Amino acid sequence: MQVLYFAWVRERIGIPREEVETSAKTVMDLIEELRAREERYAAAFADLRALKVAVDQDVTDFDADITGAREIAFFPPMTGG
Amino acid sequence: MSVSVQTEDFDIGAEMAALTHGRTDIGAVVSFTGLVRDMGGGRPITAMELEHYPGMTERALSAIVAEAEARWPLQGVRVIHRFGPLAPGAQIVLVLTASPHRQAAFEAAEFIMDYLKTRAPFWKKETGADGGAWVDAREEDDAAEARWAR
Repeated sequence: MQVLYFAWVRERIGIPREEVETSAKTVMDLIEELRAREERYAAAFADLRALKVAVDQDVTDFDADITGAREIAFFPPMTGG
Repeated sequence: MSVSVQTEDFDIGAEMAALTHGRTDIGAVVSFTGLVRDMGGGRPITAMELEHYPGMTERALSAIVAEAEARWPLQGVRVIHRFGPLAPGAQIVLVLTASPHRQAAFEAAEFIMDYLKTRAPFWKKETGADGGAWVDAREEDDAAEARWAR
């Protein structure tokens, strides 16, 4: 699946998007996999209260099922307008 | 309903004229424009960069407008949100709502802005003399959205 990062999450991880091969069942499982990769991922996902997630472009919870999802995006709370 | 996410500036008068063109049943048009301030987080700002999530942004804005249209008798809605680099004083966002009467137009415009703040995937980064900083979400914005809950 495609994993997308925005704002400071993108800056901390260093890339805007990447293809991730995973068997993670939930968003939280995916976060644990990413955290275990490298320090920059651990840093980006250190405080989940500062993060939001969208699965296939709908904002959802960290325990959401991601089986069959095409696009997972991580970002801080929105600040448009 | 018409939603645009663009880097180009917009002309409020031209957008309002387009919304009401050829119609005599509209009694009220409310216009909100958001601008880049020259202060942020208590320091002077020299530039701002607006990032967004292409695809989701358009979907989220359309869903917010659809919700407004379900709640108020609207005859037309126009939303434009810019992204990319923006200088202090620049226009960021435009919301136009048209209705037979003013109350619906006022309320719908406020509703759209309150929901846009917390639900449309935009992120602001402000640059000052000491470098760039991502703008933190404000609790007041969550409270502003919550008052429309039902």
